[in-house]
Amino acid sequence: MKELKDQGRVAFIPFLVAGDPDLETTEEALKRLDAAGADVIELGIPYSDPLADGPTIQSASTRSLAKGTTVDKVLDIVRRVSSQIRAPIVIFLYFNPILYRTIDKMCQQLADCGAKGLLVPDIALEETGQVRDVASKYGIELVLLSTPTTRPERAEAIAKVTQGFLYLVSVAGVTGQRTSMESRLEGLIAHLHSVTDKSIAVGFGVSGPSQVKQLVEWGAEGVIVGSALVKALASGDSPAEGLQAMEQLAKELRSAMP
Amino acid sequence: MVNMAAAVLEKLPTVPDAQGRFGKFGGRYVPETLIFALTELEQAYKSATEDSEFQAEFARVLKDYVGRKTPLYPAERLSEHYRQPDGRQPRIYLKREDLNHTGAHKINNALGQALLCRKMGKHQIVAETGAGQHGVATATVCARFGLPCIIYMGAKDMERQALNVFRMRLLGAEVRGVHEGTKTLKDATSEAIRHWVTNVETTHYILGSAAGPHPFPGMVRYFQSVIGRETRRQCEAHFGGKPDIVMACVGGGSNAIGIFHEFVDDRDVRLIGVEAAGEGMDTNKHAATLTLGSPGVLHGSFSYLLQDSEGQVIDPHSISAGLDYPGIGPEHSYLKELGRAEYFAVTDKQALAAFELLSKTEGIIPALETAHAFAYLDDLCPTLEDGATVVINLSGRGDKDMYTAAKLLGWDV
Repeated sequence: MKELKDQGRVAFIPFLVAGDPDLETTEEALKRLDAAGADVIELGIPYSDPLADGPTIQSASTRSLAKGTTVDKVLDIVRRVSSQIRAPIVIFLYFNPILYRTIDKMCQQLADCGAKGLLVPDIALEETGQVRDVASKYGIELVLLSTPTTRPERAEAIAKVTQGFLYLVSVAGVTGQRTSMESRLEGLIAHLHSVTDKSIAVGFGVSGPSQVKQLVEWGAEGVIVGSALVKALASGDSPAEGLQAMEQLAKELRSAMP
Repeated sequence: MVNMAAAVLEKLPTVPDAQGRFGKFGGRYVPETLIFALTELEQAYKSATEDSEFQAEFARVLKDYVGRKTPLYPAERLSEHYRQPDGRQPRIYLKREDLNHTGAHKINNALGQALLCRKMGKHQIVAETGAGQHGVATATVCARFGLPCIIYMGAKDMERQALNVFRMRLLGAEVRGVHEGTKTLKDATSEAIRHWVTNVETTHYILGSAAGPHPFPGMVRYFQSVIGRETRRQCEAHFGGKPDIVMACVGGGSNAIGIFHEFVDDRDVRLIGVEAAGEGMDTNKHAATLTLGSPGVLHGSFSYLLQDSEGQVIDPHSISAGLDYPGIGPEHSYLKELGRAEYFAVTDKQALAAFELLSKTEGIIPALETAHAFAYLDDLCPTLEDGATVVINLSGRGDKDMYTAAKLLGWDV
């Protein structure tokens, strides 16, 4: 992210739920997103109780789990794909599956398969220290989230310890497409810039090029798009049609960013 | 017998600690968006516990509106039923939380939190419900204080507790069905949390169980512990001492912690929690979290959990919607690991038999949840000394379960 920032390139960070509609499609989707200009790819491993997610990602997670997706199967794909694509892969996974496997084993496996980062949506700053200590040991970056309800001094503390980039959640809410961006985001982005040199990437609710342009104008250095791409990938009558729709949207989003 | 003097002296540390931990359990595992609201709630709760006016108002409304205190009733015919062949007989007392306004213990907590919500200046309420008792209690206090409220309820639970859905709507609440996952309490709770995340700046979440992120487990206990305090005084009045055993059913664990808390430091009082074994402990259709689960994170706290080898949450099963939950309040996990409380599980069938037994011996129809605690008497009573005193928290009445029970018992209503 540092190099992108120096080049003035805004990072396009797509998100997908692994195993929806199936693992083969996920593997192909990762390659296509990379080719479409993704700078980082966030890959979600499905969880039974995704508290931070709206209906689109919940449904995708449920479908994926019903098909028997497991952590190991997803990591097998990451292992195969990570060496073939340019974009680093950040794994998005809720805390309980990590805890069950142990934080140490999880981070070791992530490093082994070539993942570069980890994002845990249901733990807040206080609980991230134990994960970061272990992740650092294996060279895995732990990305933290700040939100509109995060108080300024707390946001500063989060900015200080996040790794890779700072994920600014655009709304008080769960993931899912929204038609516009709240104007208070501009102030939040500006505040974060004043306290950190790390890149600020904005996510949750971003679904189309007009929002992307708005965020870039407000100073976002990265834009994360999840539900809209997940929905596109699930559209159509076959995985091939879904892939095409997703690729098309990814290209449109990328072209809206400098 | 244990050495009583020593037992009484060994006080347990005060839990939760400042981080919301009960030993290693509890804590605050939530998306960052909620931290602000939880911190705000923690402060409001702390200041309420130090505010004599708040306490006085809470006590007043519990008395005048809820109808407290609830009686401790000597269940003579039920005690007689458990007379053993050698003549030993327990003395069973029922803490009549079923006589509260709205028919269950849930109103104690809903009321406390509604008062707190007013203190915080929030004007909207969201809540989850399983059996509908917490939803009804929440809808009731919201009507009482003029607060708009939204209740999330699993679609399956809406079907098996249709009467409570109507009650909530009659009380002015908006009931939203949850069609995800198991369509029961777990998914209703997740959806209520999502709603809270989205509306956190204006809304207070009235969590009904002694579960969830800090400060909820300690706070719900605080509002429910009136049950145990009354019980201690009433035992003193009835038989001049402490009970030998205090027993309650556990789903999330609020009625159990409400009656246990007062006695935790009295090591000579056995604390027994009864979980739902559903179709049996050897099947995969149960909700026996403490007996068969393992520690993990669900709905904001670290506690025992029904999970598979991938750390995915397993769908529970119980005849009673209120116990049909894969998690458990963190303090119960703590009390289990300390060995301070004992936890057992009874099946749907056993609970249903106890439901009929209490109805016929005492003229009291318990909630199916509560019936689980009574079902454990079958195993417990043969092991007791003559005259052992057993207090059961009769956490709720069974009116809401008439359709479910009638169907299971083969009656056409």
